Amino acid sequence: MNIAVVVRQVPDLIEPLEIAPCGTAIDLDAASFILNESDDHALEQALLLKEAGGGTVTVVALDSGDVDNTLYTAAAKGADALIKISQQDHAPRSPRTAAARYAEAVKPLGADLVLVGVQAHDELDGALPPFLAAAMGLPYVGVIRGVRAATETGAVIVCKEFPGAVMAQVRVKLPAILGILGADQPPRYVPVSRIRAAMKSAQLSECEAAAPQREPLVSVVRLVPPAPAARAEMLSGSEAEVAARIADILSAKGLVK
Amino acid sequence: MSAQDVLVLAEIRGETLDAVTLELLAAARGLVSATGGNVGVIVLGRDGAGHASSMGAADRIIVFDDPQLSTYAPETYVAALGELLAAERPRALLIGATSIGWDVAPLVAARLDAPLVIGCIRIMDGEGDLRVTASFYGGKMLAECRVTGAPAILMVQPGSFRPASEPGKAEIEIRTLAAPLQPGAIAFEQWILPQAGDVDITQHDVLVAIGRGIQQKDNVELAESLAQALGGAVCASRPVVDQGWLPATRQVGKSGMTVKPKLYFALGISGAPEHQEGMKGADLVIAVNTDPKAPIFDVAHYGAELDILDLLPALTEAIEAKRG
Ligand SMILES: Cc1cc2nc3c(=O)[nH]c(=O)nc-3n(C[C@H](O)[C@H](O)[C@H](O)COP(=O)(O)OP(=O)(O)OC[C@H]3O[C@@H](n4cnc5c(N)ncnc54)[C@H](O)[C@@H]3O)c2cc1C
Repeated sequence: MNIAVVVRQVPDLIEPLEIAPCGTAIDLDAASFILNESDDHALEQALLLKEAGGGTVTVVALDSGDVDNTLYTAAAKGADALIKISQQDHAPRSPRTAAARYAEAVKPLGADLVLVGVQAHDELDGALPPFLAAAMGLPYVGVIRGVRAATETGAVIVCKEFPGAVMAQVRVKLPAILGILGADQPPRYVPVSRIRAAMKSAQLSECEAAAPQREPLVSVVRLVPPAPAARAEMLSGSEAEVAARIADILSAKGLVK
Repeated sequence: MSAQDVLVLAEIRGETLDAVTLELLAAARGLVSATGGNVGVIVLGRDGAGHASSMGAADRIIVFDDPQLSTYAPETYVAALGELLAAERPRALLIGATSIGWDVAPLVAARLDAPLVIGCIRIMDGEGDLRVTASFYGGKMLAECRVTGAPAILMVQPGSFRPASEPGKAEIEIRTLAAPLQPGAIAFEQWILPQAGDVDITQHDVLVAIGRGIQQKDNVELAESLAQALGGAVCASRPVVDQGWLPATRQVGKSGMTVKPKLYFALGISGAPEHQEGMKGADLVIAVNTDPKAPIFDVAHYGAELDILDLLPALTEAIEAKRG
């Protein structure tokens, strides 16, 4: 099975987010970028499928954030080919533009299966995987944890998550796009030495995005952090002091028996 | 039918109407109360009449009775919704941010080239435009948006609106599609239920929930000790389950369990909307996180800005001391 994996960079939420002077966007210059978590799972799922049944894994990314590191890390983990889409006119202002640009790079690969993380926390007016499916004219299903090849060729069996730890088993005829929430196994770790080696040996091909920037259909008027009014009563002090306060609170409520 | 009408996609799993449907109805009612127009609720492939009495906040219940819609598949759902929206041109379609919503809302928006907002928590009319507040960046930012163009596809965060449960007598319209639905590439096969035998976290009064902040598998023991001292159970956010440190039956949130314990410790959990969905109903929430801006503090009653790996042993000791 030949698999394309689409990966995107997102601001790392460990760092504080700063609002840009325009007041309607995050200050991306002040943010540090990481691989979107569910895309990491999509990559892992692709590598597991390749290990189980052969084929190739091609990883495709728009040029933003720390993309080279992400791509070479993917190669160190076992990806066969890397594609970076460069963009003359800055990052897409809407997931529709991103989808159009990814579609240009992914379509010619003729992949049997395209895997993308189901969600990215910075997407507000769209979700890349279903938009990509629409742009490529392929069927789509998302919120997937776990993919395996079906016994017949040209299909996969996937598990779609529902509340209460319930899953729907779904059969998907290929080619198709899946929105991955979790892989069958946690994403593998690769040591830095292997990533460095991949930087020397792996082929990274570049292409230029042609799809024009589309104006978003939704305009952000203002960005604000959630109102602090409803925030918790904060307990301060050392660990021992806070522990004693919590024990008192629980005891007073009859929760320590 | 008017350009001010608002449609809602109902979700029915098994015989149960998903709570989010009544929340969407509340949001839709709120919007039309300012602008006029009707609220219609769309039921795909099931006997909507069975749920009519609980969807009293709607003016119309539009039932698509088609065998192809008897189980969920994105292609047939999108085809049915696409046809309906093209015919009715409502102002907005409200869909819950559920497993089905995450497929259908963007696919419908793409098909109609319609505006889409994800993570909506407030929806209002603003001088002809829709004014929508949506949560993103894992709940760390709110975007106040203006949406022009119809129909707007709004994916609503569960738990954001008080369910509309007023009795009413919505009219039921049974519809058939102009073009018969064909089975697509995606076919439901069967439900897989969680394996029985593990702790049922929905039955516990005290839950000690751990998130990515627990850092490694060996540290789960620290939470086990606290849970034991309190006679409770350990549960977790998604990354802990993804790592295989706890079984899926211990996950709290959108695709995990919904819990309503008397006490919920949220330890090293940021409080993403998908996690909050499963624990908002707890009587008492105590959150501990090294990040004072973590959204979990918005739903906690008490909080502490501490390292959980340091606090956990001290807290277990303090509880054991109280028990004597
Ligand atoms: C369709 C869908 C369904 C989902 N379903 C669920 C679900 O059912 N349940 C769920 O939980 N998530 C679910 N998610 C994922 C959700 O969006 C978040 O990614 C997840 O809840 C984050 O988990 P976390 O808070 O443990 O991790 P993070 O968001 O990474 O937060 C870790 C927190 O720990 C803090 N921390 C780190 N070290 C320490 C320390 N030593 N001491 C104290 N604090 C520390 C950090 O400051 C941070 O706030 C779903 C997502 C999608 C798209």
